[in-house]
Amino acid sequence: MSDAFASHACVQPTKQFLRRRAVAGWVARGILFLAAFASVAITFAIVYLLVRESLTFFEHVSIVEFLTGTQWTPLFFDAQYGILPLVSGTLVIAGIALLVAVPGGTIVALYLSEFAPHRLREVIKPFLEILEGVPTVVYGYFALLFVTPVLQTFIPNLWGFNMLAPGLVVGIMILPYVASVSEDAMRAVPKDLREGAYAMGATRLQVAVRVILPAAFSGVAAAFILGMSRAVGETMVVAIAAGLQPNLTLNPLEPAATITAYIVQVSLGDLPHGSIGYQTIFAAGLTLFLITLIFNLVGFHLRRRLREVYE
Amino acid sequence: MSAAAMPDRRQLGTIISRNKLFEGLFALVGLLIVWIAVLILLALFINLAIDGAPRLSWAFLFSFPSRFPEEAGILSAWMGTVMVMVVTALVAVPLGIAAGLYLEEYAPKNWLTDIIEINVTNLAGVPSIIYGLLALGLFVYEFDMGQTVRVAGLVLALLILPVVIVSTREAIRSIPYGIREAAYALGADQWQVVSQHILPYSRSGILTGMIVGLSRAIGETAPVITIGALTFIAFLPPSPIQGEPPFINFDWLASPFTVLPIQIFNWVSRPQQEFHLNAAAAGLVLLTMTLLMNALAVWLRYRFRKQIRW
Repeated sequence: MSDAFASHACVQPTKQFLRRRAVAGWVARGILFLAAFASVAITFAIVYLLVRESLTFFEHVSIVEFLTGTQWTPLFFDAQYGILPLVSGTLVIAGIALLVAVPGGTIVALYLSEFAPHRLREVIKPFLEILEGVPTVVYGYFALLFVTPVLQTFIPNLWGFNMLAPGLVVGIMILPYVASVSEDAMRAVPKDLREGAYAMGATRLQVAVRVILPAAFSGVAAAFILGMSRAVGETMVVAIAAGLQPNLTLNPLEPAATITAYIVQVSLGDLPHGSIGYQTIFAAGLTLFLITLIFNLVGFHLRRRLREVYE
Repeated sequence: MSAAAMPDRRQLGTIISRNKLFEGLFALVGLLIVWIAVLILLALFINLAIDGAPRLSWAFLFSFPSRFPEEAGILSAWMGTVMVMVVTALVAVPLGIAAGLYLEEYAPKNWLTDIIEINVTNLAGVPSIIYGLLALGLFVYEFDMGQTVRVAGLVLALLILPVVIVSTREAIRSIPYGIREAAYALGADQWQVVSQHILPYSRSGILTGMIVGLSRAIGETAPVITIGALTFIAFLPPSPIQGEPPFINFDWLASPFTVLPIQIFNWVSRPQQEFHLNAAAAGLVLLTMTLLMNALAVWLRYRFRKQIRW
């Protein structure tokens, strides 16, 4: 045993072994790089495809008409291609969702990061993850068949399909996300700041609101913006509970369609590949992609800035 | 500061007790919001259970959809979900782990790495329906792969790729640097360190990330609708195992399919109330699947955190 060990320990690696090892290393590195680069390729594929199909669409419809028209009826005989009704539906629903998720998420984040005892936090955080994990189609069922009837007992003139119920439900859905991104930012604030404030006699609430919140502000703002991006891109809740008629209104009691709901509606029918109806979903998709891209980049930048300040 | 501005003891006492009151109120509000969230989740679950539980039976689980609500079942839906998930896992997991390993262990600090980093973050925020459009234009028409199980599996794999990448990176980052240095000191090269140490030590974290990613994919509806999955499938894709050689059959990959979320969406969109009850029952099945996967992930994370002592 010890002989074998000694003889092995003295063996120098052969040149052949070293060469093979180097080759394996390079091949592995190449494969891993390709995998990482695949994410860039996906983005390129998305942009290429959306732009290509949209360009064919814009050969038929002027950009001015697309951006300023107030009627969206691409599937009717008298087709109109103004995206404003879809944008208004999207913004009203995302706005309602933010009214729920921003105050709720910020308070939950402050509570978790500054108030909650350690063990309670260990219970609440997985629970919030579960809330985030509920399938959106189930949330859609909930919005249509539970939240809307309940709201109708308070608001008699609420339509069966409306923007209020899906807006509220989307708000509940993104609340855990807003809370967890904000809490990450708050926990990145150095302990010294807290301790300095406590030493001056501040209460926990004063520390939370006057020290932590301003210090973590760019991270909290990032949470709002990324939450907005999620609300804008949410599909199933809206497709199920808001009705599918494009409707240029800001009244949340009425039914409306969003950009995402329109894409779902078209996909359910069978439009021939290459028809103008087929191309509208790519033009709508490009609009949606650009809106969320801007939000995501701003949010990413704000988060990175917070990290640079404190790390 | 002048003496007049200094509060006397009684004033100080009022200020302190008022501040304590505010603090208590805020803690109460925080707890209240968490409780409201708990109640909403409970309401959702109970509402679904009341509507759907009476419909749940073996017949419901093992019947095909039907025009008659009381005869309809979810056999083709959950079989489709299982097959799509297999494809998703087979694509997303190796790709995600490889990308995570590269970014954490190999990537040099340069503009290309920056681009990849920003990209992964951005991909995580792209709405799922956009992935559906990508799959429709690229896989279904450009590559002519049809509206099949493999396309659905692929698009959901792309969708959860950022989740797998991020959790792989987190798992790798928690390995102390000393482990790498010890391996290098014994003469290992970088690939040996990565394949024989980094990868095995981070597998628990990667496993958790994989489950979280799949639990997200299983409930995704929008991208699968966009590629044009059929809502009425009254047959099963060909079995992957067959009696005669070579015993394995890949025809199921190219089969039309439906999945649970689509079946739910289809039923909930119908005006008849009987179909809504079917939707609730199928929703209960789907919700149970996702909650079990989430619970498994939480439990695994908790266990591994307790276990590992570097």
